[in-house]
Amino acid sequence: MSAATEHSSANRRLVVRLVVAVFAMFGFGFALVPLYDVFCDITGLNGKTGVADSSTIEATSVDKDRWITVEFTGNVATGLPWEIRPKVAKMEVQPGALARTTYIAHNTSNRTVVGRAIPSVTPGEAAAHFKKTECFCFSEQYLEPGETREMTVQFVVEPDIAPNLTTITLSYAFFNTEKFVTQKSVDAKNDGAKPGEARPDKKS
Amino acid sequence: MATAEAAHHDEHHGHPTGILRWITTTNHKDIGTLYLCFSLTMFLVGGLMALVIRAELFQPGLQVVDPHFFNQMTTMHALVMIFGAVMPGFVGFANWMIPMMIGAPDMALPRLNNWSFWILPFAFTMLLASLFTAGGGPASGWTLYAPLSIQGGMSVDMTIFAIHMMGVSSILGAINVIVTIFNMRAPGMALMKLPLFVWTWLITAFLLIAVMPVLAGAVTMLLTDRHFDTAFFNPAGGGDPVMFQHIFWFFGHPEVYILILPAFGIISEIIPTFSRKPLFGYTTMVLATAGIAFLSFIVWAHHMFTVGMPLAGELFFMYSTMLIAVPTGVKVFNWVSTMWRGSLTFETPMLFALAVVFLFTIGGFSGLMLAITPADFQYHDTYFVVAHFHYVLFSGSVMAMMGGAYYWLPKWTGHMYDERLGKIHFWTNTIFFNITFFPQHFLGLAGMPRRIPDYALQFTEFNVISSMGAFGLGLSQLIFVYVVIKCVRGGKKASDKVWDQPRGLEWTVPSPAPHHTFDTPPKIA
Ligand code: HEM
Ligand SMILES: [Cu+2]
Repeated sequence: MSAATEHSSANRRLVVRLVVAVFAMFGFGFALVPLYDVFCDITGLNGKTGVADSSTIEATSVDKDRWITVEFTGNVATGLPWEIRPKVAKMEVQPGALARTTYIAHNTSNRTVVGRAIPSVTPGEAAAHFKKTECFCFSEQYLEPGETREMTVQFVVEPDIAPNLTTITLSYAFFNTEKFVTQKSVDAKNDGAKPGEARPDKKS
Repeated sequence: MATAEAAHHDEHHGHPTGILRWITTTNHKDIGTLYLCFSLTMFLVGGLMALVIRAELFQPGLQVVDPHFFNQMTTMHALVMIFGAVMPGFVGFANWMIPMMIGAPDMALPRLNNWSFWILPFAFTMLLASLFTAGGGPASGWTLYAPLSIQGGMSVDMTIFAIHMMGVSSILGAINVIVTIFNMRAPGMALMKLPLFVWTWLITAFLLIAVMPVLAGAVTMLLTDRHFDTAFFNPAGGGDPVMFQHIFWFFGHPEVYILILPAFGIISEIIPTFSRKPLFGYTTMVLATAGIAFLSFIVWAHHMFTVGMPLAGELFFMYSTMLIAVPTGVKVFNWVSTMWRGSLTFETPMLFALAVVFLFTIGGFSGLMLAITPADFQYHDTYFVVAHFHYVLFSGSVMAMMGGAYYWLPKWTGHMYDERLGKIHFWTNTIFFNITFFPQHFLGLAGMPRRIPDYALQFTEFNVISSMGAFGLGLSQLIFVYVVIKCVRGGKKASDKVWDQPRGLEWTVPSPAPHHTFDTPPKIA
């Protein structure tokens, strides 16, 4: 092993560098999370929908020559004892015009349950042009035992959406968010829906 | 092998004998042997799981196992084969051959070497033990996609810890390989004189260092999502399941090249020897390997064409994936050109090498078909993908290792293996391999989904053929085990050169290679 000792200081330097590289890549794995998120938010990829406030909508002109079909669907993840359905399966809207519809949620259990809807829009290209001005998905929903509630979503499809898109699907996945609910979001609930939030914030 | 080498023990070391020798050894050849034996064991364990899968798929309907156990088998089979058989197998080859090929007395970090091996048995005990926990083993597929893997039982946690341990093992192994190659070369062994096996391993080691930590990060995030209320991938808390796929495949695609590059290296050693010509296009081989390694970082989303990427993303990943076929094609071209006008002979290692070139190329072509985004919408998650990756992994990586084993066994043991049995193994293995996996292309094109224990009646015939092939393929591996044991025990004495015109320093040392080689560096011409 004499040759190995001769090399030992060169070896140590190289090992240190490689170990640093390993830790850097471990960190990079975590860094990918915000990196992808920023990328998706900017580009509207991944079906992440946009938010607009109604004042800007008023100003945009309605494209009277076009009709777009918006379909509504939803599902409930395991662990949330709710039944949900959209009040209407689909509706025709004109780009630029505000539209609204409701989802009906029913708590089948005998306790108060906190749930949250995570929206997703397909096709992905449509997501950036599908803006919600008001949505039950902006905040946690608390359903009393056995309660049935109609929850409103108000949206607009922007007129600059690509002409080949004639059908858009808005889908909600409902999750039990008990373990993510903190005091902050309970306060938010009391203040009513928080505007200006596209999707739930991890920290809230 | 123990007996063969005991004779060569240097007295001044006073190594322990028996089991303690293997536990405490820091000798690269001993550790190489440990890795190879471990790999072979895992190959047989993973193979048994594959046979459970094929037994269930022999007929439509549910006969042999329940669907949940079927899912555990597909998950475990892949994890055991990838992390237990193929990766440790190549590390075994690296340990045995790299020091001998570069004229070094041992690996640069011998104690670390011992550690990197001995982590593995613990990792796999943990992984396999998870099958016996309440609710059974992990059943989410080897890709552990969230949110399914967030919901699994404690077996998922055991799998995550096992992956952490395997990761540490391969990272330590990779560090050792890089340091050895950079610092331990005999004087005169310039980088561009390194045998291609050493080159491919050097590049593989860098890939390992770049992506194994990313996998470790991904499964750590899974773990905290499962237990500590983080929401990296859990939509309930604002996380994004598709994010897991992105991070996983950022590791996953370079990983598939980790599994194939050392195989390319072995093939590049075998073909020149039995063509009695130097390797054609050495420099382009090195560059092609580096090119493949680089490209492997920018193609990951070809596993995710159907998650709803925008057109620009689909196009980027489609074209970058197709680009990989170029350096891969360079390699195939060079192997064929090496054989061109060579005086070929067809001993078992050469037969394996030829089969690898031919069959791996089929796998490369099916890969190209999958790379075509609109086509992949049809092929994705069907048996076509299963056929693709078995053509690259079994008839690429695994058969290259078998060829390498036959090629170097005489050097390792000092005995020639039984050529007749070796050839029988080759032919049974290769024929049954094709019977097993070729029909899966048709099944996939016809729409049979992967990872489902039952199927529609029209898929029956091809599944019957595939299952029969699988049992033949499994049995033919027993011949391999027998040939290896027989060769370790005895056989015709191997000469130092072993083959007619081999190149490389390993053929200048006696057969069997003594416990210590190149204590004084060799002269490089
Ligand atoms: C020309 C080179 C290659 C191309 C173009 C290629 C392309 C692809 C594509 C597009 C997929 C995704 C298919 C789908 O899920 O729909 C895929 C899957 C896969 N490939 Fe390749 N591939 C190539 C070489 C390799 C090699 C060399 C290996 C390993 C040694 C490999 C192993 C795999 C594996 C394991 C999967 C399936 C992963 C899973 O979903 O479980 N491929 N390949
Ligand atoms: Cu890939």
